[in-house]
Amino acid sequence: MGGADVLSREPIGTTQAARDADADSAGQDEAIRVTDLHKSFGTLEVLKGVSLTAQKGDVVAIIGGSGSGKSTFLRCINFLETPSAGQIIVNGEEIRMRQDGSPVDRRQIERIRTRLGMVFQAFNLWTHRTLLENVIEVPVYVLKVPRDEAIKLARRLLERVGLGDKADTFPAFLSGGQQQRAAIARALAVEPSVMLFDEPTSALDPELVGEVLTVIRDLAAEGRTMLLVTHEMKFAREVATHVVYLFEGRIEEQGPPEQLFGSPQSARLQQFLQTVG
Amino acid sequence: MEFFFETLGLAESAKLLSLSPPGWGGNLLRGLANSMQIAFGAFGFGLLIGLFGAYGKLYGGVVLRDLLAVYTTVIRAVPELVLILILYYVGTDLINKISEVMGYGRVEISGVVAGIWVLGVVQGAYATEVLRGAIQAVSPGQIEAARAYGMPPFMLMRRVTIPAMMSFATPGLANLWLIATKDTALLAIVGFSELTLETRQAAASTRAYFTFFLAAGALYLIVTLCSGAVFARIEKWARRGQPSLKRAGR
Ligand SMILES: Nc1ncnc2c1ncn2[C@@H]1O[C@H](COP(=O)(O)OP(=O)(O)OP(=O)(O)O)[C@@H](O)[C@H]1O
Ligand SMILES: [Mg+2]
Repeated sequence: MGGADVLSREPIGTTQAARDADADSAGQDEAIRVTDLHKSFGTLEVLKGVSLTAQKGDVVAIIGGSGSGKSTFLRCINFLETPSAGQIIVNGEEIRMRQDGSPVDRRQIERIRTRLGMVFQAFNLWTHRTLLENVIEVPVYVLKVPRDEAIKLARRLLERVGLGDKADTFPAFLSGGQQQRAAIARALAVEPSVMLFDEPTSALDPELVGEVLTVIRDLAAEGRTMLLVTHEMKFAREVATHVVYLFEGRIEEQGPPEQLFGSPQSARLQQFLQTVG
Repeated sequence: MEFFFETLGLAESAKLLSLSPPGWGGNLLRGLANSMQIAFGAFGFGLLIGLFGAYGKLYGGVVLRDLLAVYTTVIRAVPELVLILILYYVGTDLINKISEVMGYGRVEISGVVAGIWVLGVVQGAYATEVLRGAIQAVSPGQIEAARAYGMPPFMLMRRVTIPAMMSFATPGLANLWLIATKDTALLAIVGFSELTLETRQAAASTRAYFTFFLAAGALYLIVTLCSGAVFARIEKWARRGQPSLKRAGR
């Protein structure tokens, strides 16, 4: 985290040579590097070449209007959507893609996915499992962590998000805010190298937003790397080390939050910030 | 006991139904055991077909989907009795032809295996539809979450899709199971000695039609009641984690 990372970030339109040089010097600390990502649904081109680099410890906030491709971008990183073209490198490991963007090796995708803790807008907890079972599911069955160890960690994490007493409750009996906090615990349980948040508070009643943001703020403060799609501008300004404004599938403007929110350059971003307040 | 039957005029029936010869009770119970064996086998086989069928219909390629559509449509369109005759004679004939070609000569096909195969194929068509519906009822987000955390496809099916769809599938599967128990009676037509055929033989030999068919009816009823209790427990387990509708409705 910190100013140096943000300043060293490449400006839009850097040449390939400059990028490569950058990768040589900074590759070690890179959590995610996405280069020229394209994604089309049929004839609709949703991402038109998005490049983004996150250093370890960065909190990258992705903002933009509805339909600008924020979710699609996030979902391409862990291949929930198959990109049409581009390059994705997670922790220095490039995801091998065919010409059409489809993954070469399903196992590689699965392995990389376990390093990316995703938190969804609609929580997506497994309804037939208790909170504890939800949190230990991936460690025990995918990562093959011994069960008692996973349970110990899960209890600590549930405690941490304020749900220590709800470990044996099923998701359907909890409020949206509680479910989202449990979903964050589930993401933390895989000890992710990058956390992906897709509008984690958009499905919540206003009075429940705060409790979830508090948890995310704590995670940002302890230096976790995250990509955060959000409509909460105040929050983005507060926690982000870097902000990206997407407009119709392209990065329209990016930079440190003070700059992006304080003195936006592009007319579209100025207008966007006005409409969202 | 004797006196009790005597006064009710049931002494004759009790004698006919007694478990040891000359009573026919033992035969009826043997028939019931055979019926249950086939019902279990066919239900299990049908579930297996259904699971493959449902996944094939949801995720398979065009050819597989078309083949499955033909399978479920044809099986559900043709009366079961006709299907049983077709599948039984075609199936046994085919096996015999194959075994003759391979030089083994005609083989004796066990009635139980034939019954399970025939009813299983029928059950599979219905199970395919029940399970397909149930899988589709699972919120896509739950499956997506599993994918996002790197679950491989088979684990995802075992750990997420199947448990999550169980609550949607159990009522339909309970129906299928009851149909399986009763469809075994149709196997009487190919000479398999299940409960209905045993009953008919007992009734014909003794002329006590009323007694035996009533007894058989009672046995089927007991099976249904026990099944109901078992499925109620399964459903309760499958619905764990879901608030009850009753409360939500008020
Ligand atoms: N599976 C899909 N099939 C076809 N089109 C899709 C699909 N998913 C998204 N789109 C389209 O892609 C565009 C971008 O969608 P996306 O969900 O990425 O937007 P977003 O920026 O996350 O918007 P929001 O703020 O509303 O969540 C939209 O026009 C949407 O209709
Ligand atoms: Mg979105």
